[in-house]
Amino acid sequence: MNFILDYYNYWVVVFLMMAGFYIVISANNLVKKIVGLNVFQTSVFMLYISMGKVSGGTAPILVEGVTQYSNPLPHVLILTAIVVGVAVTAVGLSLIVRIKRAYGTVEENEFEHKDDAI
Amino acid sequence: MFEQHLAALPVLLPLIAAPITLILGRSLLSWGFATLVSGCAFVVSIQLLAAALSDGVLSYALGGWPPPWGIELRVDAVNAFVLLAVSAISTLVLIYSKDSIEKEVEKSKHSLFYTAHLLCLAGLSGILITGDAFNLFVFLEVSSLATYTLVSLASDRRCLTAAFRYLVMGTIGATFILIGVGLLYMKTGTLNMLDLASRIELYDSNRTINTGLAFIVVGIGIKMALFPLHMWLPPAYTHAPSAVTAFLSSTATKVAVYVMIRFIFTIFGIDHVFEKMGMDIILMALAVVAIFKCSYMATVQSNVKTVFAYSSVAQVGYMILGLSLVSVTGLMAGVLHVFNHALMKGALFMAVGAVFYRVGSVDIKAFNGLGRQMPLTMAAFTIAGLSIIGVPLTVGFVSKWYLVTGALEQDNWVVAALVLAASLLAVVYIGRILEAAYFKKLPDNVDPNTVKEAPPLMLAPMWVLVLANIYFGIDTSLTTEAASSAAEWLFPSGDTHSVSNVQEMSK
Repeated sequence: MNFILDYYNYWVVVFLMMAGFYIVISANNLVKKIVGLNVFQTSVFMLYISMGKVSGGTAPILVEGVTQYSNPLPHVLILTAIVVGVAVTAVGLSLIVRIKRAYGTVEENEFEHKDDAI
Repeated sequence: MFEQHLAALPVLLPLIAAPITLILGRSLLSWGFATLVSGCAFVVSIQLLAAALSDGVLSYALGGWPPPWGIELRVDAVNAFVLLAVSAISTLVLIYSKDSIEKEVEKSKHSLFYTAHLLCLAGLSGILITGDAFNLFVFLEVSSLATYTLVSLASDRRCLTAAFRYLVMGTIGATFILIGVGLLYMKTGTLNMLDLASRIELYDSNRTINTGLAFIVVGIGIKMALFPLHMWLPPAYTHAPSAVTAFLSSTATKVAVYVMIRFIFTIFGIDHVFEKMGMDIILMALAVVAIFKCSYMATVQSNVKTVFAYSSVAQVGYMILGLSLVSVTGLMAGVLHVFNHALMKGALFMAVGAVFYRVGSVDIKAFNGLGRQMPLTMAAFTIAGLSIIGVPLTVGFVSKWYLVTGALEQDNWVVAALVLAASLLAVVYIGRILEAAYFKKLPDNVDPNTVKEAPPLMLAPMWVLVLANIYFGIDTSLTTEAASSAAEWLFPSGDTHSVSNVQEMSK
């Protein structure tokens, strides 16, 4: 029981990661694939953010009387990773827009029939 | 001033030039500017390689923050060598793309094409010279995002679905690397590569670090199209504009191979990866299967670009096979093949692009009778094709020679025989196309007067690569010296103590 409670943040991360990954693999709709990809990436953000937490520590701002701080570095890294994630989502969605224009559908099984597969 | 900041220039130049290219707008103007910038990056990388070979390591603290706190750029013999190849190919491809993209990319998107190309170059150079594991992830995404855009710029609508598939796979790969780096940081508290290496040594077979290694290897495996994670590559290479395919096939996957080398040899250390985790056997098995399966797939394709896309996956197999031998010679063969394969695949895809420029198709039937119509293009194609097969006096022979030598050093006859047998499959897929070009007649419905030699700006870079194929195939001193000093640099004290593992596999 303690094993589950002590590591509950990792359970959340693993669940989100697998859920997102499953959506990416199984979804037929391209927009849903991008959503799954986002869930997948978000789980990694949570992994990093929860990693930086020091029990009993506060936000890393210099205040008198506080000696225990959380590690700010993972948070900063994740700011960068979020930006990267947003960029990936933007490129992915714009590709979907062009796919919709070219094929008239964003369902993977529908446009696969329209071209000879490789 | 430039001397001091030399290490940062390969990234900064294209990164700053990219938005300027976009503002220039006009097709010709942005082409000239992008080519100039890429040429400057090439000159810088020559100087960096010279400095790295004479002085050892160039360390540059970005923003003046000393490592391991700040981001360190670190140029040594290994990455300077790959950087030289990447910037050279980028410049040649840019010269080539002026005519090539006329037929394959809409006129309004030309300056966007050059912008994305420069961003991709900046990202790839960044991956190569950074000394920080998280920074590597960021540059990986910079180059990947530019790559997805480049692939989607072709006028054939199938490039869109190919780019989308590439985006999904690429993002999963990059996120896997991110997870792996996170796990390493969790245990060691550092992101600087050298700092990581010294701290990982302290944790002997820690589960968090081993999990991190697994995530990173799978993530890089996707990026470099290591069998069986290569499924994104054939559609992306087939439907991308020819200039993009020429650029990506000779740089993007090669840079991923470099990242693999860096993580295994510099960060985790060969003892950890190969002796404790037994990864040499996994990599060697995957590499051998990749070489055979994908060489076979290449022999049955009808689209010539798909043929070479599968061939590229097989060639990545050769590079990984070199690493998995765990010896200086094997590693040297791997690094050498990174450079050599860039020369041959660049030339081949450029020749295929020239055929598309004149004939409008890259189906194998479109090559019928081209030997007479486009003699220079097909001659270039033939020489680069012979290089893929590994005929003596070409670079393909040199890297296969060292690969076989590396295998024989460990009495690993099975691998040596497999490398030679796989060359026969290359004979088949190159031979099919050469047969169409030289022994079949031009179809009756094609007017012989319209199908003529490719324009000079396409021929020149193609022939530069072909001549480099021959030059480095005959005078091997420069490339082998750079590759062997790179391999010795990576390989601690040049020992081969995990030979026993490799031999077990051959039994």
